[in-house]
Amino acid sequence: MELGRGRFLAAAGAALAAGAIPRGALAQTVQLPFANGERPLVAFPQKRPLILQTPRPPQLETPFAVFDQGVYTPNDAFFVRWHLASIPQSVDADAHRIAVGGEVNRALSLSLDDLAKMPAVEVAAVNQCSGNSRGLFAPRVAGGEWGNGAMGNALWTGVRLRDILDRAGLKATAKQVQFDGLDRGVLPGTPDFKKSLDVDVARGDDVIVAYAMNGAPLPVLNGYPVRLIVAGWFATYWVKMLSAITVLDHVDDNFWMKTAYRIPDTPGNSVAPGATGYPTIPINRLAVRSFITNVTDGGTVKAGRSELRGIAFDGGSGIKRVDLSIDGGATWRAMELERDYGKYGFRRWKGELVAPPSGSFTLAVRATANDGSTQQATPGWNPSGYLRNSIETYKVTVA
Amino acid sequence: MTKHTLIALTCVAVLGASALAAGKPAPPKGTATISLPGDAGMAFKPGPGAGPVMANCLTCHSSAYVSTQPVLTKAQWTAEVAKMKAVYGAPIPDDQVPAIVDYLTANYGKP
Repeated sequence: MELGRGRFLAAAGAALAAGAIPRGALAQTVQLPFANGERPLVAFPQKRPLILQTPRPPQLETPFAVFDQGVYTPNDAFFVRWHLASIPQSVDADAHRIAVGGEVNRALSLSLDDLAKMPAVEVAAVNQCSGNSRGLFAPRVAGGEWGNGAMGNALWTGVRLRDILDRAGLKATAKQVQFDGLDRGVLPGTPDFKKSLDVDVARGDDVIVAYAMNGAPLPVLNGYPVRLIVAGWFATYWVKMLSAITVLDHVDDNFWMKTAYRIPDTPGNSVAPGATGYPTIPINRLAVRSFITNVTDGGTVKAGRSELRGIAFDGGSGIKRVDLSIDGGATWRAMELERDYGKYGFRRWKGELVAPPSGSFTLAVRATANDGSTQQATPGWNPSGYLRNSIETYKVTVA
Repeated sequence: MTKHTLIALTCVAVLGASALAAGKPAPPKGTATISLPGDAGMAFKPGPGAGPVMANCLTCHSSAYVSTQPVLTKAQWTAEVAKMKAVYGAPIPDDQVPAIVDYLTANYGKP
């Protein structure tokens, strides 16, 4: 082990006991911008007060104001989403192993010490839930009723999945790579949460088995001690508490791949509400999005000159430009892109707003990615409430 | 404790956080323990059918999985209950399904 790479003393800081949430803690609420959108703010273990969508399994949303405070989302503010309620509440990194098997020449059982001896890589990448912003769908769809805060950007450190796969040696029969974590369903009949990637995707430069997040161990609720990072892809693939990597000789037909997390294979991945009979594919790359972070829809702006700030991201081509409209989308003006931390992360932007002395108007922000993709005014629709990326608008009043 | 771990621990102790910040972080060591808050005080509304709802639905998820939904129709709640049985393996007795659907529609939906 290299001398310069000191080990984290995770246990010292990570042994937290939350116990039951006192009644008073439920008193503070926020109103997400859709019907039945009132939610309490609750602090879960290793987390600041976040928007509580559901306590069991836990789904916690990042309050949007956090995204105005820096390019990286702090670990204690990072959103949380689990599918199954049997989640280990005590995880020993020293005893943790990742089993590598299936269509490989050499099955492996990797410890974190083994990972420490492999080349470390870092990538800034946005982790966004497939259903981020689902609550804004019209017509509404059932599911986790998120506002826009089921996303975050972190600097992830770990080892390339490709290096692990190469150590195991893929057989010629290898077709997909399947990932499993320590979480389980409560009932024996509940399908275990497993996700799979095609071998060529799994061997990409920016698919990482990550053991650190923003320079610190992962919070337990974000997957301590290791999780998969698939930079540019939706969070459903970023399996937490990663415990098994299994190389398959077929396309994974488990429920979470074959039935869940699928999008219409149609133009814009969109269909008319009620449509049936269209082909579907597994959800994959993030669609380009942008937000203003220091103005809220229905909020106020100062008369005259003020600074607007925001973020933009896409599925890995990087952000080419961000434009602002103050006239409902009739005319657009380029904003200034700030420092580039990498093509998978948040790209912060800023610009000047010149507001009239009084009245109300609507701001709109639109990002264009290096691959030419951009945002549309009219949202697409799909029955699972995935992939929302329409132009965000903010009706503001001069105050 | 192995020799290299001892050296690394000394390194952390002597150089402190600045040494960690300068290089890439290493994998964590030790046990991380949390205590989740269960249902955080949330509960289903009382009323006819609440019994079978609590007996079945709360096995796998808190009431918030229902209460945060948009207003769903009876047909949509029927489909949700059927999905819990068929996909997630919920052992809901068939004779309790109508009471559960009626409760969900009355308290968290529309006819």
